[in-house]
Amino acid sequence: MLQNWLTRIDKGRLRAASQTLRATAGAWHAAVRGRIARAKDRGVPLIVVLASRNLFQDRVRLITTVIGIVFSVILVSVQIGLYLGFERMVTTMIDHAEADLWIVPRGTRNFEDPSLLDDRQRFRALSIAGVAAVAPLVLGFAEWRRPDGGATPVFVVGSDPRSGALTPWNLVEGSIDALAAPSTVAVDRSYFARLGVKGLGDAGEMRDQKARIVAVTAGIRSFTTTPYVFASFDRARGYMGAPADRATYFLVRLAPDADTSAVRDRIAQNIADAEVLTTAEFRARSRSFWLFGTGAGAALFGGALLGIVVGTVIVAQTLYSSTKDHIAEFATLRAIGSSTRYIVEVILWQALLSAVVGFFLAMLVGLVIVTVTADSVLPVVMTPGLVLGLLLLTVLMCAVSAVAAIREVVRIDPATVLSR
Amino acid sequence: MSAAIIEAVDIEKTLGEGVAQVKALRGVSLTLKGGELTLLMGPSGSGKTTLLSILGCMLAPSSGTVRLHGESTASAGPEELARLRRNHVGFVFQSYHLFPTLTAIENVRLVLDVRGEHGADTRTRAADALATVGLAHKHHAFPRELSGGEQQRVAIARAIVGKASAILADEPTASLDRENGQAIMTVLAEIARNPERAVLVVSHDPRILPFADRIVRIEDGRIVSEETGLRDAVISKEPEVTSHVP
Ligand SMILES: Nc1ncnc2c1ncn2[C@@H]1O[C@H](COP(=O)(O)OP(=O)(O)O)[C@@H](O)[C@H]1O
Ligand SMILES: [Mg+2]
Repeated sequence: MLQNWLTRIDKGRLRAASQTLRATAGAWHAAVRGRIARAKDRGVPLIVVLASRNLFQDRVRLITTVIGIVFSVILVSVQIGLYLGFERMVTTMIDHAEADLWIVPRGTRNFEDPSLLDDRQRFRALSIAGVAAVAPLVLGFAEWRRPDGGATPVFVVGSDPRSGALTPWNLVEGSIDALAAPSTVAVDRSYFARLGVKGLGDAGEMRDQKARIVAVTAGIRSFTTTPYVFASFDRARGYMGAPADRATYFLVRLAPDADTSAVRDRIAQNIADAEVLTTAEFRARSRSFWLFGTGAGAALFGGALLGIVVGTVIVAQTLYSSTKDHIAEFATLRAIGSSTRYIVEVILWQALLSAVVGFFLAMLVGLVIVTVTADSVLPVVMTPGLVLGLLLLTVLMCAVSAVAAIREVVRIDPATVLSR
Repeated sequence: MSAAIIEAVDIEKTLGEGVAQVKALRGVSLTLKGGELTLLMGPSGSGKTTLLSILGCMLAPSSGTVRLHGESTASAGPEELARLRRNHVGFVFQSYHLFPTLTAIENVRLVLDVRGEHGADTRTRAADALATVGLAHKHHAFPRELSGGEQQRVAIARAIVGKASAILADEPTASLDRENGQAIMTVLAEIARNPERAVLVVSHDPRILPFADRIVRIEDGRIVSEETGLRDAVISKEPEVTSHVP
């Protein structure tokens, strides 16, 4: 997976990203320095000044802390970002289909789990009140013979272009209408190499039937890495060798005022060996199959959890040793009458400042990762919600990290100041 | 002479555990009054620091009572004692104990900050305190940029900025040369002219004697002698000192 990304990283883009990163970091560093220099003449609370000086005084430790936070936040955000990307990808076909209800073979676990329904059921569904249209969709594996003679497995998606049930999107070349012609298919340009073609007009073969590329899309990728090949409904059955009276799914469009659950119940009562799912249910079923049925989700969450644990341990360790180094000062604070609360606040400010510095650096690195993986098999996705969540997580992580240091300072005996 | 600021009665203090247990104080009574500089003298290990800690509410006595402005501290827990310290006591330590990462004026302001005073006037008050100790020109110097004598003066400014009624100094001149020691004592003697303020200086340095209004001698945890009424004679010996004390 990692290798996949690396090979796909666009060198120029990487260089541009690193330049931006360097420039931003430089500007940021200058701004922070200026801010600290001006702190004594401006209204920065003294407690914050004390905390930041404690923090910035020991550069090595600060760098360790920040690296710990950056590492942790990056690990967590990549794992969650991958999760989001994965989640988006596993339901991409369902998201792009136009259906209110899906009639699927009983026991279907996800979109790419094709077994077949009897095509006659379609007409039974069509006769039910509240159903406006029923479009068949057929899915299945086929072997693509490349022009050069090699072969590669592909996943054929067949639907009637006129029904609009599931037609390729993000078209960059050719036309959907051209799929009506015999022996034509649509493929994604990212699969050209795999399919042994160079572009529009080139052709491969499936089951000794010609498959000429008449439409090219961008970004319709499968996380299973098996290329999708779109064809018309009838042609697709031919390519995958499915019997002529079969379909994988029926996509139901409801009449404008129909009650979804009532129609769904009526269809379910009238059709044997099939289940009727709403789009949301089918999406959830696909998602939970891939994320939890396969352990992929557990791996991603495990990675995120590991990131949090490692980050917390590193920050806790540096904060604790920093506190140990400044213990005489904390004792002096206590001697001059500071409350425990004030001392705890100093440490929490240190934790918070580390968190903010670490978080922003992590987000810069994150931006680079998002940019360079955008076109990869598994793009890392960042949403505003995720960014906010990560900020809260970072702050929380640093606050938890402060516990050990806080336990140390609240035990200080102010009288030790006099014996030093 | 004015009212009692700190009164300690029959103080006993046992320090350490088991065989290492030491009876540091064996029934000490001492009252610090406003406008008075008390010099506590005694050999090393006689209990001076222990007594200063108890008077300054840093340490609780094993028995006996301490009253601050007439109020007993017997029932006070650690947080309450901290509150008493920040509101009434200013400490000066032998090794200064300034915050190395804070400038002179920030070190002084910290006392006010700890008390929850963050307003703009805290700068003015800190500046005044630094002026009092003759450091008006060193506001933005860090402790490492100051001499020992200057650092101790910052520490005194820190002790007086909050208008503490008791200034307790433990061997404030021990780390300084004669000249700087004299300067520090001069400042402390000036501070003690304020009738609202009591100053206690712990030392075994005989050069300090001329600055005292009262000399208390302690040995083996007991007060062995006390001389009072030395003030006027002392001040006239140091006519060249004229710094302003708030
Ligand atoms: N934390 C402590 N534990 C045990 N003994 C102590 C402790 N602190 C001081 N002492 C002992 O108590 C006695 C008085 O100490 P101190 O008040 O520091 O004396 P001084 O300041 O006059 O030199 C000494 O014998 C010292 O060794
Ligand atoms: Mg001592």
